[in-house]
Amino acid sequence: MAGIPHDHYEPKTAAEGWLHKRLPIVGLMYDTLMIPTPKNLNWMWIWGIILTFCLVLQIATGIVLAMHYTPHVDLAFASIEHIMRDVNGGQMIRYAHMNGASLFFVAVYAHIFRGLYYGSYKEPREITWIVGILIFVLMMGTAFMGYVLPWGQMSFWGATVITGLFGAIPFIGEPIQTWLLGGPAVDNATLNRFFSLHYLLPFVIAALVAIHIWAFHTTGNNNPTGVEVRRTSKEDAAKDTVPFWPYYVIKDLFALAVILAVFFAIVGFMPNYLGHPDNYIEANTLATPAHIVPEWYFLPFYAILRAFTADVWVVIIAETLTGGIIDAKFFGVLAMFGAIAVMALAPWLDTSSVRSGKYRPQFKWWFWLLVVDFFVLMWLGAMPAEEPYATFSLIASAYWFGYFLVILPLLGVTEKPLPQPETIEADFDEHYPPKADSASGAAAPAE
Amino acid sequence: MFRKITLSAIAALGVATGVHAAGGAGHVHDHAFSFEGPFGTYDQMQLQRGLKVYTEVCSACHGLRYVPLRTLGDEGGPHFPEDQVRAYASQNFEVFDEELDDFRPAKPVDHFPVSGDPNAPDLSLMAKARAGFHGPYGLGINQFVKGMGGPEYILSILTGYTGKEKEEAGTIFYENTAFPGGWIAMAPPLDDELVEFDDGHANDLHHLAEDVSAFLMWTSEPHMNARKEAGFVSVLFLIFVSVVLYLTNKRLWAKVKRKELAS
Repeated sequence: MAGIPHDHYEPKTAAEGWLHKRLPIVGLMYDTLMIPTPKNLNWMWIWGIILTFCLVLQIATGIVLAMHYTPHVDLAFASIEHIMRDVNGGQMIRYAHMNGASLFFVAVYAHIFRGLYYGSYKEPREITWIVGILIFVLMMGTAFMGYVLPWGQMSFWGATVITGLFGAIPFIGEPIQTWLLGGPAVDNATLNRFFSLHYLLPFVIAALVAIHIWAFHTTGNNNPTGVEVRRTSKEDAAKDTVPFWPYYVIKDLFALAVILAVFFAIVGFMPNYLGHPDNYIEANTLATPAHIVPEWYFLPFYAILRAFTADVWVVIIAETLTGGIIDAKFFGVLAMFGAIAVMALAPWLDTSSVRSGKYRPQFKWWFWLLVVDFFVLMWLGAMPAEEPYATFSLIASAYWFGYFLVILPLLGVTEKPLPQPETIEADFDEHYPPKADSASGAAAPAE
Repeated sequence: MFRKITLSAIAALGVATGVHAAGGAGHVHDHAFSFEGPFGTYDQMQLQRGLKVYTEVCSACHGLRYVPLRTLGDEGGPHFPEDQVRAYASQNFEVFDEELDDFRPAKPVDHFPVSGDPNAPDLSLMAKARAGFHGPYGLGINQFVKGMGGPEYILSILTGYTGKEKEEAGTIFYENTAFPGGWIAMAPPLDDELVEFDDGHANDLHHLAEDVSAFLMWTSEPHMNARKEAGFVSVLFLIFVSVVLYLTNKRLWAKVKRKELAS
């Protein structure tokens, strides 16, 4: 499957040959598992496995929860309490599912920023990147709908606010909103369709994950140097890579075990720390909570949504130019979706010929500023919509767009990159020098 | 380098989750409950006393609609013997039975009744629903470090009355230092020696408030002890697995990294 030359599966017995001729499933599994993987991958390459685990965890716990949950406005909240109190192991399954969403997003953000730093989105991995962004968008949709299901105060009011965004689309917004909600307001019809979609979307995500893996197994993994694995011969490729099994399987499982230890400490000892206490109050259409705050993983984009108020000059210009069709609310919605869209376009916005940020002295600074910007946006998203947070949000949102739309295109022209290693092997040998007997003269210092 | 990300992520999580609390919240003081921290468990005797306070005082207006009466016999909770649970249910509460089309004394399979006063909120989940104050600058530090949460809020409300009253649109409000906004519609429910304990335990206002706060924590998180046990088992098991995998990984890569193995 991969473009990197390596040994493929050969059926050894007659039975294996019989199957392979008809359904090459063993060969597919063998090639997937034994794929040559750059041997210099660092610890930021573990998140893929963590994310796969999260998807399995969420589907497994979710299927059990769905057996005991009732999607009805009068019964949903009570059915959650039934799970927490009466179902055997119910509280652990629910807390794992609830915090599993948080782990999922911690991992996906780490995974995305890894890709941004090491240029994993660049040619020839654009499809992998875009499918990844699609998965991320679907994850956000799934998490949002899942949060509505317990039918607590924050579920209900969060759903009201977020579905209201669609109402901001000019002309067709209101019919779309009504169609999404199944009525004029968030009600039983909304809860039912959200439950249905919350069950469906994870399987769509699973399919996209398969495509994501297929795509990068075709191009080969990126690696911290950004230098491609040599494809000149099988021997050259073997010097740059190790097979995924057992080397990375064991390494990734170790990382998974460490992360799960932290995860279960949270599930066991502080399961509600990341949630909002108001969601332990049943939804009440007559009482609006003091602060409607989304879950932490939505906060950066929520901050961008709220940043563009009617008094911001870009909004005023947009409103004047379009004769009022694009108002502040719609502008905010466009900005929020735009913030994700610019990430998807990164392969074409980044003009640098160097892939890895390791060899880009100026890029590094801008990248780390983007990371800081992300956390600042997260903090601002949780703050009330008032000064000075409004101004900060505007500056932080501007940087988010500036990074992708201005800095990435310009840097490729202005920046003078550092020299890159010739091969992955050369980079690896620098860290783990060959022994004296195989290399020239001087004994390599033992590490 | 990516260590920075991890650290700032942890910091930002604290920031991001803590912040909902901003706004005119009252003063909530910390109290060391027995169930705080990873090792904390419920004090069975305290839960039993708390139930008595709830039954004699709170239940006049409030309900516990999500709490089945049978769970009073659960281990890790008040853990009453079965006959006492049955007696408690039938002596204190009546429920409407649709089959009989009439009221009958409650049985352990029934839940606690709902609030009798429509203005009195249900207390089943109060200790989790009021955990939203997070200390200075909304950083979540108090909850994280001191384990402050809903029980502290309930305790602070019950002991936070100043004695001042005011009337607004026909309703009397009572000044309370813990209640957001400072004025609460609930009259001071507890007083020194309002409830007598069979074991002669101290029954001044503060002790009564403490016991009922602990009881309400149990009603909102009845399986907390089991959850923490499961937490310990999982974390210890995963640490063990991590060590094994770490050593396996080190040995596996040694040849690739050209390192000498100790053994």
